[in-house]
Amino acid sequence: MNVDELHIDDEIGAVGRILSDNEKKKGILIHALHTIQEDQGYLPEDVLRRLSNNLNIPLSDIYSVASFYKMFHFKPRGKKIVKVCLGTACYVRGSKHLLTTLENEFHVQNGETTEDLAMTLETVGCVGCCGLAPVSTINDEVTGEIIGDRRIEQFIQLIKNGSE
Amino acid sequence: MQSVGLNIYMAKLNNIDDLRNLRALLREASRTGKDTLKVCCGLPCSTLGSQAVARELETEAAKSGLEVEIVKTGCQGFCQRGPLLQVDPYGYFYQKVQPDKAKEIISLTCSSGLPVRDLSYRDTFLNTPKEFIRDIPFYAKQMKIALRNTGTIDPFSIHQYIAAGGYLAAEKMFSSMSPEQVLEEVKKANLRGRGGAGFPAGIKWAHTKRALGNIKMVIANGDEGDPGAFMDRSIMEGDPHSLLEGMLVCAYVIDAKYGFIYVRHEYPLAIKTLKTAIKQAEEIGLLGTNILGTGFDFTVQIREGAGAFVCGEATSLVASVEGNRGFPHARPPRVSEVGGGPWGYPANLNNVETFACVPPIIEKGADWFLSIGTQGSPGTKVFSLAGKVKHTGLVEVPMGITLREIIFDIGGGIIGNKQFKAVQTGGPSGGCIPEQYLDLPVDFDSLWKVGSIMGSGGMVVMDEDTCMVDIAKYFLSFTQAESCGKCPPCRVGTYQMLQILQRITSGEGKQGDIEELERLGHLVVAGSLCGLGKSAPNPVLTTIRYFRNEYEEHVHEKYCRANVCNIGFFMINQEECILCGLCKQACAFQAVRETRKGFFIDRDYCTKCKACYHVCPVNAVQILKKTYVRLEEELRLAPESLEFIERRRKMTLKDILESRPSEIVTITTDHTVSEAVIRMREKHVSGLFVVDEHNRLVGIFTERDIVRCVYDNISTAEKLENLIMRDIITFDPGTDVSTAISVASRKKIRHLPVVEDKTIVGMITFRDLVSYLLPEICFMADTMY
Repeated sequence: MNVDELHIDDEIGAVGRILSDNEKKKGILIHALHTIQEDQGYLPEDVLRRLSNNLNIPLSDIYSVASFYKMFHFKPRGKKIVKVCLGTACYVRGSKHLLTTLENEFHVQNGETTEDLAMTLETVGCVGCCGLAPVSTINDEVTGEIIGDRRIEQFIQLIKNGSE
Repeated sequence: MQSVGLNIYMAKLNNIDDLRNLRALLREASRTGKDTLKVCCGLPCSTLGSQAVARELETEAAKSGLEVEIVKTGCQGFCQRGPLLQVDPYGYFYQKVQPDKAKEIISLTCSSGLPVRDLSYRDTFLNTPKEFIRDIPFYAKQMKIALRNTGTIDPFSIHQYIAAGGYLAAEKMFSSMSPEQVLEEVKKANLRGRGGAGFPAGIKWAHTKRALGNIKMVIANGDEGDPGAFMDRSIMEGDPHSLLEGMLVCAYVIDAKYGFIYVRHEYPLAIKTLKTAIKQAEEIGLLGTNILGTGFDFTVQIREGAGAFVCGEATSLVASVEGNRGFPHARPPRVSEVGGGPWGYPANLNNVETFACVPPIIEKGADWFLSIGTQGSPGTKVFSLAGKVKHTGLVEVPMGITLREIIFDIGGGIIGNKQFKAVQTGGPSGGCIPEQYLDLPVDFDSLWKVGSIMGSGGMVVMDEDTCMVDIAKYFLSFTQAESCGKCPPCRVGTYQMLQILQRITSGEGKQGDIEELERLGHLVVAGSLCGLGKSAPNPVLTTIRYFRNEYEEHVHEKYCRANVCNIGFFMINQEECILCGLCKQACAFQAVRETRKGFFIDRDYCTKCKACYHVCPVNAVQILKKTYVRLEEELRLAPESLEFIERRRKMTLKDILESRPSEIVTITTDHTVSEAVIRMREKHVSGLFVVDEHNRLVGIFTERDIVRCVYDNISTAEKLENLIMRDIITFDPGTDVSTAISVASRKKIRHLPVVEDKTIVGMITFRDLVSYLLPEICFMADTMY
C-alpha cells in the first residue's frame, strides 16, 4: 500500500457514514499496518512516520497498537518464514521436539532470523490444521504430520532447498 | 451452472418471489442426474494435495467426455484421511485420494457406477472396506446443523447455497415474521452461545434490541484463537453464507444496519471466502440496501485481527475493531449497551457457529431444535477432535453424547491402543477431564460441573505418554504470553505460576509448590477483569484436582511417569542393552561411559536432555524414580525387592479398591429381607450397604444376617430397618491393610465398609484382602526358602 495515497472511505466501508474523520482513520489503522507488512515484510520506521502524518495519529499511538499485536514486526525478516505450530494438538504430538531440532539445525532461537536473512523461525498458536498435527508453515504453505526423524529431515530439506 | 441464462441467475432479486423463483430454477438445473464429485478443499486436505486431485479429475473427466460435475467443497471433517472425495448420487466415500487415481475414479465410478475399493475407508488393513459414507463410524454418529452445508457445497457459489435451502430462513422471516416473532423463536429454542460460556443468544439479542439509539451493529466473532480449535474456520471457509444469513436474521431482530466479521489474520482462506460471499450476496441483493425489496439495509464487513488471543474476548474485540490496542474494559457497559460496542454503539456479538445455527431454527422452528440435545443445552455442538485419537477431524454431535462415544466410537480410540489418560476441552480456558468421567454426557452444564468448560469446542485427547504437569505448563505459557497486561493479577500471577511449573518440570520442585499454585490460581481468577484472566488458571487447577499424584511425583520423586519432562534418574538396563553404542554417540556431554562390561550413565555429567533415551533402539535407557535408584545403588537391593517395596507403599484400603473396581450396591431401609437376598444374588455380592432415604449410610446387611434371620425364625417379609446393625465399624480409604486386618479379626467382621467424609467408597471383603496379599505371600515364600 502506498501510504501517501490512502483511500480511507473505501477501506472503512459503509460504516464510515456514522463515524467521524478521526474514528475512520483509526479504524483502518490495523488494515494499513497489515498492508505495509505484506508489502515490505516488516514495519519500517520511515513508513510508519509517513503513515502517522497522513492518518493524523501520533507515532506513539501507532507503535502502541502495532506492538500489541503479535503479527507485526519491526525488524526485517527472512525470505522464508517458518512457523512451527504449538497448538495443543501439535504440542501433544511433539511439535516442541520439532522446534528444538529446527533451532539447533539453523542456529537460531524462536523468533530470530538467520544472519543471511534466509529464514525466520517463529511459532504460531494454531493454524487450524489440527487433524494433521504436528504442522508447520513455510510462507503460509502448510506442511503436515512432521513426526519422526525422517519427516523432520525432509522438512529441513524443504526449508533449505524448497523441495523434499 | 451453464452459461445459458446466466444473467437470470445473477440478476438482482427485487422481492421475495424473485428469490423463490431463483431457488426453483437452481433446483431444476441441479436435477440433471449427473455424477457429482465433491473434492474436499479445506485447508488440511489442500495441504495434502486435494487441489491437484480436483484439477486432475477435471482433465480426466474432459478426456472421457462424461458429464461430471466437480465441486470443490469446504472441510468434510475427516481431515486425517485427506484428501477426501465424495461421489454422489452413489454416496461413495474415498479417502487419501491422490491425483494419479483420478483416471480410475472417472472410469470406474463415473462411467460404470462401481466403487474404487482401494480408496474406500477401512478400520484396519484386514477389514473389508466401507464403501458408503453412512457406514463409516466417524460419520455415522454425527448430526449436522451448523455444518449442514460445510463439505457438500462449493463455498464460492451462492447458488449452490440457495439450491441447498439457503436463505430459506431469510425468506420466511421477511415474508411472514415480525422481528419480535423471530426473537421469540430464538429465545424459545434456547440457543446457547457456541463461543464458550454458553450464554443464551436470544437473551443477548433481546438485550441489544432494548438498548437505546438507532444505530446498532452485529458482530460475528471469528477470532478463533484457542489452540486446537478449528470449527469456526471450517464454517467460514466451507459455508460462509450460513454465517451471513445468521447475521442477517440477527440484524433484522435488533434492527442493525452494520455488521462485522472479526477474523483472525491466520485464516487467509476464510477471509477470501467471506469476501467473495459478501460480494455475491450484495450483487444478488441479499445484503446491502433495500434487501429483497423490503426496505431493510444491512452491510457486512470483514475486520482482520493481528494475532492477539485476547481479542476473542468481547470488549477487547470491540477495541480492536476500532483500531486500538486490544485491551478489555470493565463491564458495564456491556457490548450490547450504549457505550460498550464499537464507537459506543450497542452491538450484538455472537460466535460464528452460533450464527450458523440460527437459519435452521427459523426455518424449522424452535420445537425442532429443542428436540435435539439435552434439556439445558439443545442442539448440536461442533468439536474439533484432535490429539492422540486415531481419527482426528471435525465432528458435529448432538449435545448429551458421552465423551466415550466421541473419543472411542467417532474418534476410533487412542493411537496405538494406548491407555487413555485425559481429554482437554475448552482450550486454554478449559480443563482436563480424567478417565472416570468418560461416560459424562457432554453439554454446557455437565462440563462445568467437572471443572472444565465447553469452550469453543476444542477437544484434545491425551494418552499415557502425555504428562499432565507439562500440559498445564503448556496452557499456562500460552495464556501468560497472551495476557494483555492490563490487570496485574493476570499479568504477574500467571507469570509466577509459570515459574513454579517450570521449576517443577525441571526437577526443582519444592514442598508446598502445589499448594502455592492453587492459591495463586484462585487469586488470578478473582482479580482479573476479562474472561482470559478469569479462566487462565483453569488448566492448572483441574490437572491438580484430578492428577495431583503426578504433580507430587514431580515435586517429591523428581519423576515424570510419561517421560516427557527432563527429570528423573537415567539408567541403562544392562539386561536389555544390546551394546550398540548409539547412546554414547548421542550424548553431547560425555555422560555415557563405556566400561569393559557395557555402558553406564555418569550422573554427574548427565544434563537429562534425553538424547540417549530417544536414540536407544531397544528402550534400554530407562528413567527411574529417585527412590528406586537410591535403594538399588546404596542398599544394593535387587530390582525384584524394589517392586516389593513399591507395593508396600501401596498397602492401603484405597489401593485395594483401585486394584479391583467394583459397584457399590446399596439398599434402602424400607426394603424387606427377601428383597435384600434377591439384590445380593443379582449383583453377586455377599453384603449390602443399607442407606436411608437421604442416601446416608445406616448399616450393612450381610450373609451372616441371613443366617441370623433363619436361626431366629425372623420372617423374610421383615423390614431391614428393624434388623440391621446400626453401629457399624467403617474404615477410611487411607487405612493401612495391616490395621484393617487386625481390627477385622478382633471384631470378627468379614465386610469392611470404606467411607470417606460420609460418602461410601466401596466394600472390601476378607477375600479381597487375601487375594490382594497373595503376591506378597508368594514373594515371602520365595525369599524364605
